[in-house]
Amino acid sequence: MISQFFILSSKGDPLIYKDFRGDSGGRDVAELFYRKLMGLPGEESPVVMVTKRGHHDDRHFIHIRHSGLYLVATTSENISPFSLLELLSRLATLLGDYCGSLGEGTISRNVALVYELLDEVLDYGYVQTTSTEMLRNFIQTEAVVSKPFSLFDLSSVGLFGAETQQSKVAPSSAASRPVLSSRSDPSQKNEVFLDVVERLSVLIASNGSLLKVDVQGEIRLKSFLPSGSEMRIGLTEEFCVGKSELRGYGPGIRVDEVSFHSSVQLDEFESHRILRLQPPQGELTVMRYQLSDDLPSPLPFRLFPSVQWDRGSGRLQVYLKLRCDLPPKSQALNIRLHLPLPRGVVSLSQELSSPEQKAELCDGALRWDLPRVQGGSQLSGLFQMEVPGLPGPPGQGQSTSAPPLGLGPASLSFELPRHTCSGLQVRFLRLAFRHCSNANPHKWVRHLSHSDAYVIRI
Amino acid sequence: MPYLGSEDVVKELKKALCNPHVQADRLRYRNVIQRVIRMSKLDQWGQAEVLNFLLRYQPRSEEELFDILNLLDSFLKSSSPSVVMGAAKLFLILAEKFPHVQTDVLMQVKGPLLAACSSESRELCFAALCHVRQILHSLPGHFSSHYKKFFCSYSEPHYIKLQKVEVLCELVNDENVQQVLEELRGYCTDVSADFAQAAIFAIGGIARTYTDQCVQILTELLELRQEHITTVVVQTFRDLVWLCPQCTEAVCQALPGCEENIQDSEGKQALIWLLGVHGERIPSAPYVLEDFVENVKAEAFPAVKMELLTALLRLFLSRPAECQDTLGRLLHYCVEEEKDMAVRDRGLFYYRLLLAGVDGVKRILCSPKSDPSLGLLEDQAERPVNSWASDFNTLVPVYGKARWATISKCQGPERRGLELPNTASFAASGPLIPEEDKERVQESSGSGVLMLVPNLQLTAECFEKAWLSLQVAHQQALPWQGAVHPDTLQMALQVVHIQTIAVSRAGAQPWKAYLSAQDDAGCLFLMELLWEPGNSAVQISVKQSEPRPEALSSFMSVLETVIGTIGDIKL
Repeated sequence: MISQFFILSSKGDPLIYKDFRGDSGGRDVAELFYRKLMGLPGEESPVVMVTKRGHHDDRHFIHIRHSGLYLVATTSENISPFSLLELLSRLATLLGDYCGSLGEGTISRNVALVYELLDEVLDYGYVQTTSTEMLRNFIQTEAVVSKPFSLFDLSSVGLFGAETQQSKVAPSSAASRPVLSSRSDPSQKNEVFLDVVERLSVLIASNGSLLKVDVQGEIRLKSFLPSGSEMRIGLTEEFCVGKSELRGYGPGIRVDEVSFHSSVQLDEFESHRILRLQPPQGELTVMRYQLSDDLPSPLPFRLFPSVQWDRGSGRLQVYLKLRCDLPPKSQALNIRLHLPLPRGVVSLSQELSSPEQKAELCDGALRWDLPRVQGGSQLSGLFQMEVPGLPGPPGQGQSTSAPPLGLGPASLSFELPRHTCSGLQVRFLRLAFRHCSNANPHKWVRHLSHSDAYVIRI
Repeated sequence: MPYLGSEDVVKELKKALCNPHVQADRLRYRNVIQRVIRMSKLDQWGQAEVLNFLLRYQPRSEEELFDILNLLDSFLKSSSPSVVMGAAKLFLILAEKFPHVQTDVLMQVKGPLLAACSSESRELCFAALCHVRQILHSLPGHFSSHYKKFFCSYSEPHYIKLQKVEVLCELVNDENVQQVLEELRGYCTDVSADFAQAAIFAIGGIARTYTDQCVQILTELLELRQEHITTVVVQTFRDLVWLCPQCTEAVCQALPGCEENIQDSEGKQALIWLLGVHGERIPSAPYVLEDFVENVKAEAFPAVKMELLTALLRLFLSRPAECQDTLGRLLHYCVEEEKDMAVRDRGLFYYRLLLAGVDGVKRILCSPKSDPSLGLLEDQAERPVNSWASDFNTLVPVYGKARWATISKCQGPERRGLELPNTASFAASGPLIPEEDKERVQESSGSGVLMLVPNLQLTAECFEKAWLSLQVAHQQALPWQGAVHPDTLQMALQVVHIQTIAVSRAGAQPWKAYLSAQDDAGCLFLMELLWEPGNSAVQISVKQSEPRPEALSSFMSVLETVIGTIGDIKL
């Protein structure tokens, strides 16, 4: 049961404020929250905060941050933090579905719609429903979508009449439109977006041995189809759950744990690995899975560092060799290597293996940016730094290859389009489209892995 | 009213909730509850609400209880964390008397909790980490094999990193200690000073069990010569030396040179304390303290000056020749020039103390230099699940118990009422006996039959208080083969109604255990088992709240039997 709900912009301006119970305070609560958040001492967590007014009136703030906004709920009861956090993130998804995307601009353009939604979702602080299907019947306001002119849009026009490849790929903003826009714009296509997204966290010891691999995967669906239309998602047939199950002839694609959305019907899952569901419009996480310690494919990146440290003159030389072990046809994008350096590093000179790379010092760390790396290729960088005033223990040699304390561990962040680390693929996405009024719906299936924490000790 | 479904279901529920007639009629009420549980087509909010509502229901029989648990079992496998946690809480509370069911539930929750801990939503991750810590308080080994899940990543926000370090510190065991320490050492050089210091304190916490490895890591950190690291390491050393005297030698060797890199009050105090108490093992101690005395005029913190006075006086007792001159100068400064009254008074006090003679000073200042038993009482390892089951899935673990206490303390008197039974139970279990019972006590003690009260719940604080206030009534050595697994010991003692207050981890040296029991006449027995490695006997000291030799002798025979039995198991 929540007392108030409000949305603040990243700068603390209240965008939305709603009081459900009228039992505590006025609008200044939002300001109070922001002031508390900013003045929080380092060791306290901002997720839940308490404020007092008088004797019987404790108010707890619980908030999440979502695309730069603060979504905050207040309550005066000792309620379940999990429910409340889940409600807030569900609200964020709902607002995203109805307004197209969630952001400061879209919220302030759609204030009426947001209030209407909140009225239906919560009554006197109690959740009524959060299902898109139910809410559709009550929501009258239509979302205001603005399409700002952007130079990037020109790319899809097809310069000089040449047919570029763009038409085969959905533009990145295609999925960010409101679910209810069909009334205003009948020409909108029926589209389904299906994403298999994996987050990879890896820890590699300094001798190169693998200490930890952890893959968190989800299958996310965003549907603009009329609700009630059934779809079937076929997964790789060799997909096994748990340690003991065996399927197919190969090593199989194994995950440790799977959980499904409650609307998924699993009658064909055992035999053919097919998920059957009737998705509501909007966004939905169909399946979540985890995999740890046992990856079927090699790790995407290996780092071979070598460090030369001359204690006498304070010169530190780091040679980094980065090998990409993806199949030759795949590539990795937006690779960034972050290497913390000992305190007091002053200068950096670099020799990089290709001109598109960039390296710089920031916040006492080395940042090496590589826009793209092709599978199977190898890149290197040589960095020389001055570290004055880092005296080593006496009685040791002047120049050693032992790294000074405070160097490392290196962490990598990257994206791997069209690649899943677990090997899970969507075989097909079939729509049983009975009352087919429109043209054939468009289906976009995408596979993507990105790094959560890819740490290599030095 | 939250939305739970169509009209008739809600009507049914409302009836159950509001109508006292339905509630009075057990059978009808039970039927309603059963129907509520079987309600299909609830969305996750409805499920969470039903689980919450069921917390108020008290099943009549064991059979009914397990019926309910079976019906709700599917909720534990829900994909929504709030439903899983709500179900877990309900199970923990309903199965209050079935510890194995509780353990089983916590096993089932492990998967969803770990998934939430690595969830993309930072806030959910934080709430899950807080609950992991809560579970670890009762089941220290519960997440040990998953320690890698709690390694911090560079991009995480500060508050999550701090929680993860705490979790790592709590789940450490023989198998993973090497990897955990290596990971923590990496955090010590983090760019954020706060996080680095938290990691160092965490290593200090682990050092209570795995002393040698941790002291080595901490010593290496001193070589960095960075202020924010050195000061925390020295503070950690101070706390460690007090609890684990076996590391004193290593600490003393690491200390020289630290004084150059400490600027803050806390760090200076810790260093000066160490130099004062263990100065006789550090050759340069008097000269380091002399430097501090030289600069005492520029010293900004009164607390440092106080510490300096005490430390120098202590060192003077063990190394008079080197300290006399310095001490004289410091006392002169404190009495004549110091403007802070507390420091001046302390100076005068020590001066007068010295006038009274060195023997007197020795008697007053030379207190014990360590107290290993303090650590045991402090970490009171295992708390029963039932003590926090009602806080599970609420804001209490998220705030942390201590902060929650301050939050709810300022609330109205109805909350304070909740705390009362706690103190009442302390009074009942403590040695206080109402006047009219006294005679009965005297009578029953004459009969010579010893009956120990089952389920004595003495808190560690009460134990400590009572232990310190009583004299040793009986001491005895019993044959002992070596360290027993704490669980075995606890089980065996439980059979004869002896409560275990605190036990050293297996392999600790010296190994200690603190136990307590109470007989039906209200007489409290407190005992300490002390076992030095290489010894074939365990030293037992018993304290008694009332001097009654018959009860004591029959109690000793009970204890002897138990200890003998455990020895046999070991063989």
